[in-house]
Amino acid sequence: MPETRPVPFRGGGFRPQTRRWVGLVVFAALIALAEWGTRTGWISNLTLPRPSDVLATFGELWESGLLFKHLGPSLSRLAVGAALGASVGISVGVLIGLFSYVRAGLVPLVAALFPIPKIALLPLFVIWFGIDEGSKYALIAFGTFTPTVVATYGAVDNVDRTLIRMGQSFGLGWWSIVRKIVLPGAMPGILSGLRVSLAIAIILLVAAEMLGAEYGIGAYILEAGSLYDLERLFAGVVILSVLGVAVSAAITQIEKRLLNWRN
Amino acid sequence: MAPRGRAHCPGRTRMELRLSKVSHAYGGTEVLRDITLTIPEGRIVCIVGPSGCGKSTLLRMMGGLERPDAGEILQVGAPPEGCLNPLTYVFQDFALLPWRTVAGNISLALEDHRLGRTRQDEIIADVLARTGLSDFAGALPRQLSGGMKQRVAIARALAVNPAVMLLDEPLSALDAQTRELLMDDLIGLWTRAPFTAVYVTHNLAEAVRLGHAIVVLSRRPGAIREVVEIDEPLETRDMSHPDLAAKQQHLWQLMRDEARAADAELAHA
Ligand SMILES: Nc1ncnc2c1ncn2[C@@H]1O[C@H](COP(=O)(O)OP(=O)(O)O)[C@@H](O)[C@H]1O
Ligand SMILES: [Mg+2]
Repeated sequence: MPETRPVPFRGGGFRPQTRRWVGLVVFAALIALAEWGTRTGWISNLTLPRPSDVLATFGELWESGLLFKHLGPSLSRLAVGAALGASVGISVGVLIGLFSYVRAGLVPLVAALFPIPKIALLPLFVIWFGIDEGSKYALIAFGTFTPTVVATYGAVDNVDRTLIRMGQSFGLGWWSIVRKIVLPGAMPGILSGLRVSLAIAIILLVAAEMLGAEYGIGAYILEAGSLYDLERLFAGVVILSVLGVAVSAAITQIEKRLLNWRN
Repeated sequence: MAPRGRAHCPGRTRMELRLSKVSHAYGGTEVLRDITLTIPEGRIVCIVGPSGCGKSTLLRMMGGLERPDAGEILQVGAPPEGCLNPLTYVFQDFALLPWRTVAGNISLALEDHRLGRTRQDEIIADVLARTGLSDFAGALPRQLSGGMKQRVAIARALAVNPAVMLLDEPLSALDAQTRELLMDDLIGLWTRAPFTAVYVTHNLAEAVRLGHAIVVLSRRPGAIREVVEIDEPLETRDMSHPDLAAKQQHLWQLMRDEARAADAELAHA
């Protein structure tokens, strides 16, 4: 009898699926490891604070009302700066995508601005916009602006040209084509760019608050750091992570609403 | 829905499309040579020719999406009353906005004309009914089969009540059965309300089924080799009839040498 066996399976994979709990398990495992290590003395208390202590610090922060005193200004700086940077970035990105002259003029400029660590410009912003909120808004806005521009004009370039020709063939006006064809077509790319931009905005928020801010997560972390108060430092860092996760979740929600036509 | 009936009303102005000595080249490549052609009102003119001979280019020029290097394309007479977009395309790849529903895709063509909400909804309901899509008004394009998508594109074209419909291989992306069904649909639409159309295809069976006149283009640079007229009315065309079979055979003779030569050229290029 000839050799008989099932055809070996070699398909599958390359298709990310939602596995929500895996992320939580990884988080929980790492925290449990740190807790166990610091309790048994395998990790010294100077290397890493004990997670339960960080939690306690967080509790104090909450009860004293200091949490919101720090979080409030930070959130408003983030909101104003990021909204400014993202909206100007999207507008400029669309203009670059649509007009050859704007593209020729601004793409090299954006390429030159992109790699500058924006934090290095903070002193300049302080001179231009003052030590108060102005310089913080400007830093966050500027940092969000460049990645948003790049993502937006890339997304506009990728809009299906046959759809634009279709719009023209029905006699749609320029503004109608931009509003009804180009912008919705570019939306997936713009939103995924926004994900990156907003993470950068959080990084810059902390940087800005490390200079001349009485309240704010950044100021809180800076103070804890200069005292080598690891519990408070970590409490601050955890707040930032939670902020990042929240922003990312918000964008996922927006994508679900705006891009439900994709599947 | 009487106001949209646009069959031959007496005294109505007519519009036809006239091309004279149209030539075009892309860079150094001559694509079209000396095309002179009239698209008469109320008839379907099919354009056939081997792939790459300039059919799509010619159609883009007829619709004003591209300018020819030489020659002119004239719109003679006024478009019919209530016409929102005299020269209207149906594209091979449907060109539907994936983020709009079926009704939304049709309303895209109407929104800029400020017809008012009720008039717009009336038109949409009318064209959906005419293309058998009434039950799909709220569906998104990704939920539809290829044939349904092309029906939506045809409905969208009908919505603007065009003087001339420009169809670029509208059935080429569909499977054979769907193609048959859509051809029947097109014939039904034309019989109930005759429209003027230029229908580009590389499929001779489609041309013989739908064309009142069939323009055969040579391989690139596309020039008119012959214009074959078919007098048999669309609704009674029986493809097994010897006359039609002979016409198709004749077209195939014309096309075969061109297609073979064009094929060899592409292989060398
Ligand atoms: N925008 C363009 N730029 C340069 N060459 C083009 C362009 N459009 C079409 N061509 C060339 O012109 C020739 C005719 O193209 P097309 O009109 O699409 O042919 P068909 O529709 O008959 O297959 C082809 O060789 C094609 O490569
Ligand atoms: Mg073509």
